[in-house]
Amino acid sequence: MRNLFNRQNLVALLGIVLLYAVIQGLIVFDIMPPFYKLTLILICIYIILSTSLNLINGITGQFSIGHAGFMAVGAYISAIVTAIHHGPLLLGLLAGAIAAALAGLVVGLPTLRLNGDYLAIATLGFGEIVRIVFLNTEYVGGAAGFTLSSKITWTWAFVLMVLSVILMKNFVSSTHGRACISIRENEIAAESMGVNTTKYKVIAFTMGAFFAGLAGGIYANYMYIIQPMTFSFLKSFDILVMVVLGGLGSMTGGIVGAIVMTLASALLASVPEWRLVITAVLLIAMMLFRPTGILGTKEFSLSFLGKKGDKNATSKN
Amino acid sequence: MPLLKIDNLSKSFGGLKAVSNLNIEINEGELIGLIGPNGAGKTTVFNLLTGVYDKTEGKITFQDKEVSGLKPYQVTHRGMARTFQNIRLFSDLSVIENVKIAYHQRSSYSLASALLRLPKYYLGEEEMQHKAMNLLKIFNLDDKAEETAKNLPYGEQRRLEIARALGTEPKLLLLDEPAAGMNPQETHDLMNLIRWIREEFKLTILLIEHDMSLVMGVCERIYVLDYGMIIAQGAPDEIKSNPKVIEAYLGEEVV
Amino acid sequence: MGSSITQQIFQQIVNGLSLGSIYALIALGYTMVYGIIKLINFAHGDIMMVGAYAGWYAITVLHLSFLPALLFAMVACALLGVVIERIAYKPLRNASRIAALITAIGVSLFLEYGGMLLVTAQVRTYPPVFPETMYSFHGVIFKYGDIVMLLTSTILMVLLHITVQYTKMGKAMRAVSFDKDAALLMGINTNNIISFTFAIGSALAAAAGVLMGVYFNTIDPLMGIIPGLKAFVAAVLGGIGIIPGAMVGGLMLGLIESIVSGLGASTWRDAVAFLILILVLIVKPSGLFGKNVREKV
Repeated sequence: MRNLFNRQNLVALLGIVLLYAVIQGLIVFDIMPPFYKLTLILICIYIILSTSLNLINGITGQFSIGHAGFMAVGAYISAIVTAIHHGPLLLGLLAGAIAAALAGLVVGLPTLRLNGDYLAIATLGFGEIVRIVFLNTEYVGGAAGFTLSSKITWTWAFVLMVLSVILMKNFVSSTHGRACISIRENEIAAESMGVNTTKYKVIAFTMGAFFAGLAGGIYANYMYIIQPMTFSFLKSFDILVMVVLGGLGSMTGGIVGAIVMTLASALLASVPEWRLVITAVLLIAMMLFRPTGILGTKEFSLSFLGKKGDKNATSKN
Repeated sequence: MPLLKIDNLSKSFGGLKAVSNLNIEINEGELIGLIGPNGAGKTTVFNLLTGVYDKTEGKITFQDKEVSGLKPYQVTHRGMARTFQNIRLFSDLSVIENVKIAYHQRSSYSLASALLRLPKYYLGEEEMQHKAMNLLKIFNLDDKAEETAKNLPYGEQRRLEIARALGTEPKLLLLDEPAAGMNPQETHDLMNLIRWIREEFKLTILLIEHDMSLVMGVCERIYVLDYGMIIAQGAPDEIKSNPKVIEAYLGEEVV
Repeated sequence: MGSSITQQIFQQIVNGLSLGSIYALIALGYTMVYGIIKLINFAHGDIMMVGAYAGWYAITVLHLSFLPALLFAMVACALLGVVIERIAYKPLRNASRIAALITAIGVSLFLEYGGMLLVTAQVRTYPPVFPETMYSFHGVIFKYGDIVMLLTSTILMVLLHITVQYTKMGKAMRAVSFDKDAALLMGINTNNIISFTFAIGSALAAAAGVLMGVYFNTIDPLMGIIPGLKAFVAAVLGGIGIIPGAMVGGLMLGLIESIVSGLGASTWRDAVAFLILILVLIVKPSGLFGKNVREKV
């Protein structure tokens, strides 16, 4: 267990606790205006979404543009548990995430054989099917949506976000994560090196769906209302933009992308058309001039702190 | 019992018979060459052996078990590893990560240990790091462990690919034109390397090669493939003087 | 309603073919662009939207009649298609396909919301271009618009077929789609051919846009999204990259949708289309008319 408490991890932990404490303090003493609080919680939600999509698109090299579908599954299932059946919040969130993971498994098993743009289209179609199913289900309010009470606090959102990111990062920097990366790098070589590529694609996809579902649950239990329209493919594109902007394949990049884009849309909240036009121009310019995103596949890390620590800490990813 | 036994193996693509009625037997510890003119079907044989292609007819037995019909990763798991004619490294990853991926199939810790960072994760990673470093040392690549694979010179990329294949801890190593694109000095070094790894890792090796000096110098037995069929087999000296082989290579110089 | 079940079935077939011919026109552009540069041009449906607006402008502001307005929209969108290709897609020709796909998504969003800034989100009404005449044939009703729509799209498809099969330009297009590098070595100016493909595809989309405006009476900046996706489904159904496949796929999808609507499940129509898409992709990703190819090792 010595390894777990190396200098790098301790510094990171200290930073996370400090960040939490400062913001919690601002909220408790009523210094933080509500709009800022909303933005902060949305940032947590989008960090989970972009990191989980990065697991599929960036790390494993697949191309999903149906992430909003999994978010919708998580949102609706958790809302059914917490609002209709008055279950505890944590149970609702877990149920939503597990349902989304199951959906990911069901969609992933047959479609992950497809490559590149075919997979993209299949996932897009799946996302729309999910939305239409909820749209036609009177039990969850149909097109008008479904109201519930807001139970998510900043603490909930932040803690769940940090836990999700740590779990996903742990996955990526293990032999299982390397198996996924090898698929991205060269699928044929990965297979001939003994990597069960289908299995790892499905694992990455299911895991990505799980966390998207969790994010959906947090969203639903914070926002008072969920509607099918929220989870259209525009939402999937939003998440995709965050991942691409930050750098496909960089976990920290996905986080940076989520923060930048959420702040940008908060700033442009009064002119939604402009927000989307700017998103569009950003997307095109990014692909033309810096297709690797802000961080590429590199990670922003604290490894310089680990020099006196153990060797594992300095290994990349 | 031979280590690898290929019985009446055939493969057709549409109407084209790429390989027909192939029979090959390889005993443990042998170093066998598979040669033939361009388009003879050599790489197809490798793809059939490693499960990339599904056979049309025939049987492949490896270590007394049928392996045809298995997926490539399953074949690797059974103890067969290969390199590719056109190098297929994980080119954006570091040299050591390339090798670590090969050790993945024998990794000792579970997904849960990885997610929760249980002690098993740290032990497993340490062991993998250790093994991968040792392998790189053998191939003289240890000082480049953290370099990106695509930045290595060509000859070293070839060496890394062989090292990576050995990382899967195979019984049988399939080398697809390992000397392609190498100069005579590099080819000579490669010959010594192949001989040496066979002793060191107690391997059986089947290699496809265009470079006759390499094949004749290093292989104990040679199969000659032309139009998907074996036209000759035997010791290098017999092959050199076999009129059928000379005819197949007409226009190409044999040694 | 005294009409028999057969009458109703035929009515749905007529409706389905009308709708399907629009899908087919849009699908053709998708399929041609995919065939030539392996790009799913996500913005294609939005080009159709621009075409609908161009037609609307020509009719209400320039007071043109149907055919000149159709031509006006087609020319405008052909230019737009070429400009988009030159600015956004051409620099990415050797980049990864994912980069190109992301760019296409960007272009799509740009047209939708840039368009919204330009013409506002307000829904516009298409002026009545055709008389409200209806013809009844054994109880099956043909609207004047149905007939024009089927006729226009059939003529355009025949023209396209002739262009691709029998003209020098068409031959060059097929050569580029088969092997871009070899075509270049044979002295074909691949850049021009790709631009030409975008021009034709976009012109067809514009025609579809005008027809759609005429048929449904209303247009808005987001109108291209769903028909665009549907047309893509149609292209995949027929086998993406294959021109006759897109026509058949479009008509089939139109028929399927109107049957689903006829069964009283119109809110599920879109879901059915996407379900078909996923099933086709899983069962036969190369589509009804396609061949399977695999990567060489």
